[in-house]
Amino acid sequence: MSERTFRVWRGDADGGDFAEFDVEVNEGEVVLDVVHRIQAEQAPDLAVRWNCKAGKCGSCSAEVNGMPRLMCMTRMNLFEEGQTVTITPLRTFPVVRDLVTDVSFNYEKARSMPAFAPPQDLEPGEYRMQQVDVERSQEFRKCIECFLCQNTCHVVRDHEENKPPFSGPRLFIRAAELDMHPLDARDDRRELAQDDQGLGMCNITKCCTEVCPEHIKITDNAIIPMKERVAGDRYDPLVWLGRKIFRK
Amino acid sequence: MSDNDMNEVEHLSCDVLVIGAGGAGLRAAVEARLAGKSVIVISKSLFGKAHTVMAEGGAAAAMGNVNSNDNWQVHFRDTMRGGKFLNNYRMAELHAREAPDRIWELETYGALFDRTADGKISQRNFGGHEYPRLAHVGDRTGLELIRTLQQKLVSLQQDDEAAGEGEDKLQVIDETTITELFTAGGAVKGAFGYRRGTGRFMAIAAPSIVLATGGIGRSFKVTSNSWEYTGDGHALALRAGAKLINMEFIQFHPTGMVWPPSVRGILVTESVRGDGGVLKNSEGKRFMFDYIPEVFKAQYADNPDEADRWYTDPDQNRRPPELLPRDEVARAINSEVKAGRGTEHGGVYLDIASRRSAEYIRERLPSMHHQFKELADVDITAEPMEVGPTCHYIMGGIEVDADTAASAVTGLFAAGEVSGGMHGSNRLGGNSLSDLLVFGKRAGQHAAAHAGASEPPKLTAAEIDAATEEALRPFGNDGENPFALQSAMQAINGRLVGIIRRAGELEEALTELAALKDRIANVSASGGRAYNPGWHLALDLRNMYVCSVATAMAALERDESRGGHTREDAPGMNPQWRKVNLVASLEDEEVRLTRRAVPSMTPELLGLFETSELSKYMTPEEYQSSTESSTEESR
Repeated sequence: MSERTFRVWRGDADGGDFAEFDVEVNEGEVVLDVVHRIQAEQAPDLAVRWNCKAGKCGSCSAEVNGMPRLMCMTRMNLFEEGQTVTITPLRTFPVVRDLVTDVSFNYEKARSMPAFAPPQDLEPGEYRMQQVDVERSQEFRKCIECFLCQNTCHVVRDHEENKPPFSGPRLFIRAAELDMHPLDARDDRRELAQDDQGLGMCNITKCCTEVCPEHIKITDNAIIPMKERVAGDRYDPLVWLGRKIFRK
Repeated sequence: MSDNDMNEVEHLSCDVLVIGAGGAGLRAAVEARLAGKSVIVISKSLFGKAHTVMAEGGAAAAMGNVNSNDNWQVHFRDTMRGGKFLNNYRMAELHAREAPDRIWELETYGALFDRTADGKISQRNFGGHEYPRLAHVGDRTGLELIRTLQQKLVSLQQDDEAAGEGEDKLQVIDETTITELFTAGGAVKGAFGYRRGTGRFMAIAAPSIVLATGGIGRSFKVTSNSWEYTGDGHALALRAGAKLINMEFIQFHPTGMVWPPSVRGILVTESVRGDGGVLKNSEGKRFMFDYIPEVFKAQYADNPDEADRWYTDPDQNRRPPELLPRDEVARAINSEVKAGRGTEHGGVYLDIASRRSAEYIRERLPSMHHQFKELADVDITAEPMEVGPTCHYIMGGIEVDADTAASAVTGLFAAGEVSGGMHGSNRLGGNSLSDLLVFGKRAGQHAAAHAGASEPPKLTAAEIDAATEEALRPFGNDGENPFALQSAMQAINGRLVGIIRRAGELEEALTELAALKDRIANVSASGGRAYNPGWHLALDLRNMYVCSVATAMAALERDESRGGHTREDAPGMNPQWRKVNLVASLEDEEVRLTRRAVPSMTPELLGLFETSELSKYMTPEEYQSSTESSTEESR
């Protein structure tokens, strides 16, 4: 057991400041344990979002010493002895209170994402897919919607004006997931990503991949293939000719 | 904002109000909307974060994709055995019959389960299931389920938009907690709650309400459950006049993490054992062979050689005892630790590293690999895990009609963990995800039908004012910090109402809980109303309290040991108790306990079992007359 100084941002949409807490830390603890101790013993109204405490629900996202992280998966032994731990809310989203932000941006973008289109000629129970074919989409379905990728993406971080046309990495992997789904009946996923989701605004700096707690290769396995396919479909002369002939 | 503005109550109405946004609630909402009704879903957390995401192993459904001998009758038998024949047989039957359709339906919503070589949904072995039966996605099946249902809801919203319907046809209101149900003349008519983010109140008028609030696990110290699981639905139902059954039956999942202390209780999926992992004590002994109860000797191997052969040849060999139902395994671990053969941190070893290749483990159990590496510095492909029992699930819950999911209160339905009866005294792993699909759909369907036949209800200013006053009470109180009171309650339940129980300790628990009652009534909240966890917990405490009392009372009354209720002073099952459900209700704010007969199985269903097996559970009169008249053809 040792004592540690935590600086936690407290406030709301109108502004706020850091509050300092000296708090006990025990062996094996994660940042969320310490935040809970502050809440239980010093500040019962400290606002923090959490659920599973096992890295599976993606609720407790925050910025710890400037890094976007899940607080439940950030071990205290990551920090130097005596190092002050500073926690701030996700910067890309409006603050509700303390460490809680309004992440409705992400739900609105999901709302405008065309859903899975089931194949018309198959009844429930008749779906047949090979493991190797579902695995590509399964990687993206590991997403726990912690929105750390959305928070980190510099297209929208500090660029409020880019939010309307840009859906962000979370929704790009959703687009890729559906594009690669062996039985999805739509064939315009790439065009939708390019035209409606702002895929073209991404310039592949891979910040999203770096912060993903599920280690999903967002850029390499979703964004780049989607961009290449859009380019292939649009600018390949044979595809262009085919389109002319078959009026696609 | 002035206090007046803050106290303005938002008024909403819908045909079907679904309280809870886990698997059961979302499946109910889908069904009610497909039936043409307007639906509001209340989610205590953000949309898509409910505890369903924590389900790891899979969803049990007798599709027969891996072993074609499987069918609903075998699944039904396993479920009844797992529940020690206390299950509501009709629920177990409906569940076994309908689970495959509910799983296949998810594929049409976009779910991507792991596949067999011939491209069907793959199925894995699990405790208590005779054949590989759990549809799964690695070890993150719950996430797949909730995300699929979440995305189905969104697609229904998109359909509404395309059809020119208003957004109010299907709304998800997230980070909102319901604190009261409104009733009139024995029927529900609406609900009252607050938005977490602002602290503002809302009143929702609805002729049909589906409770799908999950469990009570937060009342225990060592638990796999999150802050949400405070028995809200159980308590709301009791206060509305519904009844709870089987509250003494709590499942302690045998394998929770035990170290480091901060992760104590976090779940380690049963799939580790289904995929070849074994339990060992500190002497290195594979101890489960010593704990096979009489009733399961026919199905479980009594030696390591046979047990190990089963993985590749299940038709010629009996199953490894590590895959006994959860109650048996949890008790065995508890006994080993008590006998001084536990690990350094008070658990036992779960070893898959010495039995399967690193590659296999990473492929089959990716999130376990990740979890141990990140949280405990343990590489499960190279070292054993330390595990011990953790409070996981309550079999007990709202008494419902098997076919309609209707409670005793008109218009009030329940599905998923908050309902009771389906799992009897112990739930098999994998039967929760299928339960919430089967009965979520049924609840949604019957709630929609009921709403169609009802007048839109009206809420009165007086009842809304009273609910407002009750919700704000903690701000005016001068009592204790809610977090301290929660710890006190968790300590009582953990110490005295845990995995092994004794009459004297249960009496002590009831005394100690009673002493908490006034302290909870006087719990105080500080700060403002916007996103104030202390205030929210203060309001949850009374729900946790009433559930804890119901559990302790029923546990004291039932002087036998069965499934998730073990009485050290009353070991063994008593066939007389098998016929009895303990029913909790609320009278003048006090929990009352009565006895009611467990529904008798039909001769056709009894005929699915050998008489010799039934004789281990039932009195002779119960099985003799009916088995004589039944046929064996359905086997």
